[in-house]
Amino acid sequence: MIAAAQGVRADAANDAGSRVVRIALIGISLLFLTLILIVPVIAVLGHAFADGLDVYLAAITSPETLSAVRLTLTTAAIVVPINTVFGVAAAWAIAKFDFRGKHLLVTLIDLPFSVSPVIAGLVFVLLFGAQGRLGPWLDAHDISIVFAFPGIVLATLLVTFPYVARELIPVMQMQGREAEEAAISLGANGWTTFFRVTLPSIRWALLYGIILCNARAMGEFGAVAVVSGHIRGLTTTMPLHVEILYNEYDLTGAFAVASLLMLLALLTMIAKTTIEHYGLTRRRRLPHIPRGPKRNDPGISA
Amino acid sequence: MRKHFRIPMPALAASALLAALTLAAGCGGDSSASGSRVRLLNVSYDPTRELYQEFNAAFAAHWKAQTGQDIIVQQSHAGSGSQARAVIDGLDADVVTLALAYDIDAIHKNSRRLQANWQSRLPHRSAPYTSTIVFLVREGNPKRIRDWDDLVRPDVEVITPNPKTSGGARWNYLAAWGYALDRELGSLDRLYDAAPEELERAERAARDFVARLYRNVPVLDRGARASTNTFMQRRIGDVLVAWENEALLALEEMGEGAADIVVPSISILAEPSVAVVDTVVDRRGTRAVAEAYLRFLYTPEGQDIVARHHFRPRDPEVAERYRDRYPTLELFTIDEVFGGWAKAQAKHFDDGGVFDRIYAEASQ
Amino acid sequence: MSARAAAYRSRWVEPSILPGFNLTLGISVAFLTAIVLIPIAALVLKAGSMPLDELWRIATEPRALASYRLSFGASLIAATLNAVFGFIIAWSLVRYRFPGRRFVDAIIDLPFALPTAVSGIALATVFSPQGWIGRWLEPLGIQVAYSWVGVVVALTLIGLPFVVRSVQPALAEVDATLEDAAESLGAGRFMTFRRVILPTVAPALATGFTLALARAIGEYGSVIFIAGNLPMRTEITPLLIVIKLEQYDYLGAAALGLVMLSISFVLLLTINALNGWRAARALGRRR
Repeated sequence: MIAAAQGVRADAANDAGSRVVRIALIGISLLFLTLILIVPVIAVLGHAFADGLDVYLAAITSPETLSAVRLTLTTAAIVVPINTVFGVAAAWAIAKFDFRGKHLLVTLIDLPFSVSPVIAGLVFVLLFGAQGRLGPWLDAHDISIVFAFPGIVLATLLVTFPYVARELIPVMQMQGREAEEAAISLGANGWTTFFRVTLPSIRWALLYGIILCNARAMGEFGAVAVVSGHIRGLTTTMPLHVEILYNEYDLTGAFAVASLLMLLALLTMIAKTTIEHYGLTRRRRLPHIPRGPKRNDPGISA
Repeated sequence: MRKHFRIPMPALAASALLAALTLAAGCGGDSSASGSRVRLLNVSYDPTRELYQEFNAAFAAHWKAQTGQDIIVQQSHAGSGSQARAVIDGLDADVVTLALAYDIDAIHKNSRRLQANWQSRLPHRSAPYTSTIVFLVREGNPKRIRDWDDLVRPDVEVITPNPKTSGGARWNYLAAWGYALDRELGSLDRLYDAAPEELERAERAARDFVARLYRNVPVLDRGARASTNTFMQRRIGDVLVAWENEALLALEEMGEGAADIVVPSISILAEPSVAVVDTVVDRRGTRAVAEAYLRFLYTPEGQDIVARHHFRPRDPEVAERYRDRYPTLELFTIDEVFGGWAKAQAKHFDDGGVFDRIYAEASQ
Repeated sequence: MSARAAAYRSRWVEPSILPGFNLTLGISVAFLTAIVLIPIAALVLKAGSMPLDELWRIATEPRALASYRLSFGASLIAATLNAVFGFIIAWSLVRYRFPGRRFVDAIIDLPFALPTAVSGIALATVFSPQGWIGRWLEPLGIQVAYSWVGVVVALTLIGLPFVVRSVQPALAEVDATLEDAAESLGAGRFMTFRRVILPTVAPALATGFTLALARAIGEYGSVIFIAGNLPMRTEITPLLIVIKLEQYDYLGAAALGLVMLSISFVLLLTINALNGWRAARALGRRR
């Protein structure tokens, strides 16, 4: 879809050689995706609808499923904005400045990716659990963090922490600083520069970051499983609910809820496509909008 | 220029979408949090979901009739060990109903949230129902599996969960070990009077037997339910070593014809244990109802629910009623053969224990 | 930004006329500390509360060593597969129009949205000897489910979106004029790719590879369903941590967690440093 926004270079496909390459590459893509992604997804859907639509609807409208949906969405609604603010700030600092310890900072931001979800849950238990460092104090003040909603939010925050930042950093690094420097030297203030110059050129990356962060926040299982306490209808998120249903031999129910998660992910993608489409029509009407900061820059004329 | 600044829109749209869905989902959630009700949290393990769902309703009616008080029992189910860990780390369970006494002992040892004497406070060492280890085989028993000896045949694939992560799997392992000792010594009674050399030889034979059994295991799932699914859904393996209640439930859920149960000649008496978590009930003021809840498990009504959900009841009258469902076989306890959980755990399942060494040797 | 402030900063930050350094770095460090560093410090402190030789003993048990081999080896293979195929997919999505392109674009993120347990169950179902794909591989003597191949498959699935979604925006930003210029100057397709496209996309590709690798190393939920979990053979390190926890061995779990974290950290730091160095060189050349 970015390609559409950028204009597909179909002219390159004129000669036969590149046509072969084209078909081969698309073929490889589709084959790989089919084997590793599409077939398993179809398996999930197949199980979800195995007993018919009624059973499917009953599974996804049971009170326990609804409370799991609510918990998952509330968690995502808290986690995604926080990680977005962090991601934009971190990407700005890292891409627009050279400072000592930058690689260290980037690596620390990456760290949650490599922290096993199990560990991501465990660290909060070590901190806030009854045997943890802050446990006695929390207990004395009757505050529960682990095995309650705050613990689920914290674990999800940690696991999804780098997503937005990591999507933005390479794109912003690639674009360099000239455009922003020009805007500033022409008298624009920082916020104007950011909103008028930087943001338009990183919006797709930002959007991807938010979508990935959101998808991951809703799908997180391992870390949340450690801090949830598994109290039915209270601290079970959708992924945990899926596991519970699976363990009850309710395969249809389990995969129905899983398909609901896929649907939520697809919804965000559809929202993205719609926005992109809107952006595309706008762009056509105003052909001078820059592709990147290297060209004619709106911030400068502002 | 302001007009093509659109970036917050996806964020806004996403937030709005999420908010709308949250509200929509919120309408369907539970809104029963009224003040006068008593809440009880029962932290249990995987196979007891269906049992406690029914039991909780029965107890709520019983308690309402006795005291006029409404009660809601919340349930939490996962692997027995991780549930014990959650209670140690602060999950406020009023009562725990776990797979093995070892896990409840662990709560005492690691957190002091319940007293050391928990096992003596209720009858039958605080285990109101029992089960045992049986085999689930493919329909018609094509590999003709009759007893433990068939499990070490080279042509048989055995499915059992990982004893390091699954409490249930430890019973499987110990049942096999006990069988081998019994076969070697002629009778488990001889554990107490046999000569030391003879005991040592029997121990070696048991170790060899268990090692051969695990050589036939292609998948070590994390928990009992995962193993059942591997066997039933993915149709891996020839025999599933399972708790009797799990085997009966699996047949009930997936149709009688899906597999057959084979009862071995001798097996272990599995005693899932229950306890009140002292510090929690004292702080929340729920001791009376929590104790009544566990005692209700021992009443004829409670025992009948237990028996209906595939566990063996302790009450002789109820047991008599369900005699057909639970065949008699020779059962030994963990105390008789292994000297209790603490010893069995240290010798067999701790890091560097017999189970680890079996795998370490196999990989050399 | 005043000259004085710039001078003050210049000791550890290159002077720049761009504003917002203190603010953005401040936010980054504050969030990083609160959400990541303090919790991880709890882990390090826990592991640090045991004697070093004990830590070393736990970290170098044969079983732990075997699990590192599997975890890191399978993760490397999976991340490499993802780098190759993810790049091809991103390329196809950005450069070509074909039926179903929008659909393919939309489903790339599904591995994130699916709870890892669901991915694991779905993969095990599909790749088991009776499964839709497994039954075709079985006669060829390829066993995917319950072997290390299954681990690679699961890790490839969960890491795929990282590479595609990192490369996609970068590929879209590749300066078309440069490419056209290169081609009009007679550079072959391969040459154009290597000299023009690859350098521009490389940081993003490296990022995607790094992220896929990092995520794969820690993955637990999906792997345990498709790996056989046999000690010494198909047991991943995160499972070993769970096993320690099940034995109430918090110290042992923290020790293994620390080992994983340290190895990943060094790995990531190296890749990031190489990438930064390479990017700086490329930037210098372009200027």
